[in-house]
Amino acid sequence: MLILEKRAEPSKGWTTLSPLLAVVLTMVAGGALFAILGEDPVVAIRTIFWDPLFGEFAFYYRPQLLIKAAPLILIAVGLAIGFRAGIWNIGAEGQYIIGALTGAGVGLAFYPIESALIFPLMVLAGAAGGWAWAMIPAVLKVRFGTNEILVSLMLVYVAEQVLAKMALGLLRNPEGSGFPGSRNLQQYPSAHNAELITGTGMHWGVVAALIAVILAYIMMTRHILGYQIRLTGEAPRAARFAGVNPARIVLLCLGMSGALAGLAGMFEVAGPSGQVSIDFNVGYGFTAIIVAFLGRLHPVGILFAGLLMALTYIGGEIAQLNLSLPAAAVQMFQGMLLFFLLAVDLFSNYRVRWKRAEGQAA
Amino acid sequence: MSETLLSISGLSKAYPGVVANEDVSFDIRRGEVHALLGENGAGKSTLVKMIYGLVKPDAGTMRLNDKAFAPSEPRAARAAGVAMVFQHFSLFEALSVAENIALGMEIPPPMRALAARIREVSQDYGLPLSPERLVGDLSAGERQRVEIIRCLLQDPRLLIMDEPTSVLTPQEVEILFATLRKLSADGVSILYISHKLEEIRALCHTATILRQGRKVATCTPKDVSAREMAEMMVGVSFNAATRSSRPTGDAALTVEGLSLKASSQFGTSLKDISFTQRQGEVLGIGGDAGTGQDELLSALSGEMSTAPGSITLRGQDISRLGPNGRRRLSLLSAPEERLGHAAAPNMSLVENATLTGAERQGLLSAGFLNWPAARGFTKNVISGFDVRTPGPQVAARSLSGGNLQKFVIGREMLQKPDVLVVNQPTWGVDAAAAAAIRQAILDLATNGAAVLCISQDLDELLEISDRFGALNEGRLSLILQTSELSVDEIGLMMGGAHELDAAHG
Repeated sequence: MLILEKRAEPSKGWTTLSPLLAVVLTMVAGGALFAILGEDPVVAIRTIFWDPLFGEFAFYYRPQLLIKAAPLILIAVGLAIGFRAGIWNIGAEGQYIIGALTGAGVGLAFYPIESALIFPLMVLAGAAGGWAWAMIPAVLKVRFGTNEILVSLMLVYVAEQVLAKMALGLLRNPEGSGFPGSRNLQQYPSAHNAELITGTGMHWGVVAALIAVILAYIMMTRHILGYQIRLTGEAPRAARFAGVNPARIVLLCLGMSGALAGLAGMFEVAGPSGQVSIDFNVGYGFTAIIVAFLGRLHPVGILFAGLLMALTYIGGEIAQLNLSLPAAAVQMFQGMLLFFLLAVDLFSNYRVRWKRAEGQAA
Repeated sequence: MSETLLSISGLSKAYPGVVANEDVSFDIRRGEVHALLGENGAGKSTLVKMIYGLVKPDAGTMRLNDKAFAPSEPRAARAAGVAMVFQHFSLFEALSVAENIALGMEIPPPMRALAARIREVSQDYGLPLSPERLVGDLSAGERQRVEIIRCLLQDPRLLIMDEPTSVLTPQEVEILFATLRKLSADGVSILYISHKLEEIRALCHTATILRQGRKVATCTPKDVSAREMAEMMVGVSFNAATRSSRPTGDAALTVEGLSLKASSQFGTSLKDISFTQRQGEVLGIGGDAGTGQDELLSALSGEMSTAPGSITLRGQDISRLGPNGRRRLSLLSAPEERLGHAAAPNMSLVENATLTGAERQGLLSAGFLNWPAARGFTKNVISGFDVRTPGPQVAARSLSGGNLQKFVIGREMLQKPDVLVVNQPTWGVDAAAAAAIRQAILDLATNGAAVLCISQDLDELLEISDRFGALNEGRLSLILQTSELSVDEIGLMMGGAHELDAAHG
């Protein structure tokens, strides 16, 4: 009979290894899935993981890697901070949308004035928008003890309605002959989040993501705030004993993750996407939850997890084009990654032992 | 039928990295009260778990009634007539006594018949308990009776009791001992685990002493002194805490009309508590579990804020200050619950030292933590209080209870508090470590600090406190000089206040 035994301490080896093992298991199970769909599993896996980086058209896909990874990393870093404190912001997608709207809104309000101040203002507005949207579940939780998971999640759908309303109304391009969607910010130099080095995909959002990773790392490991956040997640009562104000931690964590998600939305709308449209959001806010866990809720881990997840996005697109795999198969593939990670994670806290059934011994 | 009920020979059990028991052999006679003594980590629980079928031995055999006995699970042990009362009760507070007992039975009889049986057993063995009462309303002693009656309903031949008196008042201890003696007279054997040596001398016929997983000796407690047993247990000789006479100084901590509403349904509200504590004085506060000790500590530590003016430290009103504000003013505290309250289980000892040390040890500059300094502080705590650990980086949960307690107490002591509030400073700690902690408390007081010691262990309070008061249902009794009190009077202050209340009311 197999039994699980709790380890005295979490195993360091397993904690580091389990994301890698989860990736391998996902490849195996994903390969099986693709085989059932009638594709050569080796070709499918190679298309997803290898072709975007080293394939024939890699010069086109490589910049996409940074473009897709930046918002994922930016959002996941913020989410991970809250998750460490046991504060579950599931609504990053909504904060991402609102950040994009406020960021783009500020930019469009100045159109067609050209000034070097406009883009920084848009950055601030994007962060403020995401922050404000996240303050709704935060304040409700602090004041009335509501569940932040439900409130933040429901606000995603509200944000989607606001987005549609804006794309069709207030922010619609007056010169767009009635089509939904705003002016294209790529054609408004002062507001454009342009590629910084041609051909790399590097834009200000990538820079912001790297800065966020570094600052989050410093805060979580060196600063008293990071310590208090971790303590709150590990032992809420001990945190109170250490003088931590739980309401302050809730406001801070949700605020930070909201602001970072808002930033991600703003960089996206002013750069790669270019305009506010009805279907502007593509689920980065939800995928970032997987990225946060895949990266062990650790900023540096999230950096790698974000790149990996971006790779599966791009590889998934190639697989759709070349192998005509359904889009859902790729999403399943990403879901499997989280599933296997959570399963493998069990081994960092438990060891499995084989024990003979003891019935005969008695 | 032979005289021996349970014979244990060569029992061994190893876990990865530690040998819990090695070649342990002893016999328990029929109707005998047999003490099992040992420090924390000496292997008492593993041994008992093997007898109760929770753990399977690696080697060795047991014989019960001259038949091979190797229970694969507690159910098999119970069927063979072995019952156990655990230190921590597993009772549902929202259910009645009878319902709780029925839950533990494989085929519960109809509720009415069961209630009658409970009454019968409780009368036979002098354990007053009404089957209809809600467990949530019972005192710790009464809850223990529920567990004992649950065992007695199975007609056990061997009853294992794990630290049964740790939660009882002296009067309740007397009732328990009378019950155990009666059971013993009826031929039931009792395996009695305890740290309290005087108790063992009063109750037990035989004692087996374990040290580092091995049996050191089997002796007759009545013939040996408590001191000798303690030394066998620890393997070295140590001194009981001594206090040097000291003058008490100015008022340090003044509590005036302190009331606090319970934070949970089964918590206890504090009602109009007032006392003054002087520098250099150890004030002992006794009381059953659930009489408001936790709440008193939270109010004093600053985790719960109270009405303005209710708590003053050297003339300054601190009622609205949080824990760190009070730490800055040199009032420190150590809560009872080690894992999850005094320490975060999954965090390292260094991080746990920072938990209360950050403020006073200068571990913070501009909000940034100085980890090397924190590590230094942690090492001081580890060496100063003999915390047995592989190093400062291990998670708090990997330490044994006693070692973690030494760490928690040491962490506060080394910060040189003017006022220290501790709740259950030696709970679950072995005799040698408990003596060291008590001595440290006395030394702190000798150096002029005020120590408020909340404890359920009366012997401990008698040993270290200058003045003594008792909590009962959230009220504080009169505070009297310890030297002028007898154990009986203290027992009345702790447990007898029910009758006093009734007389007043």
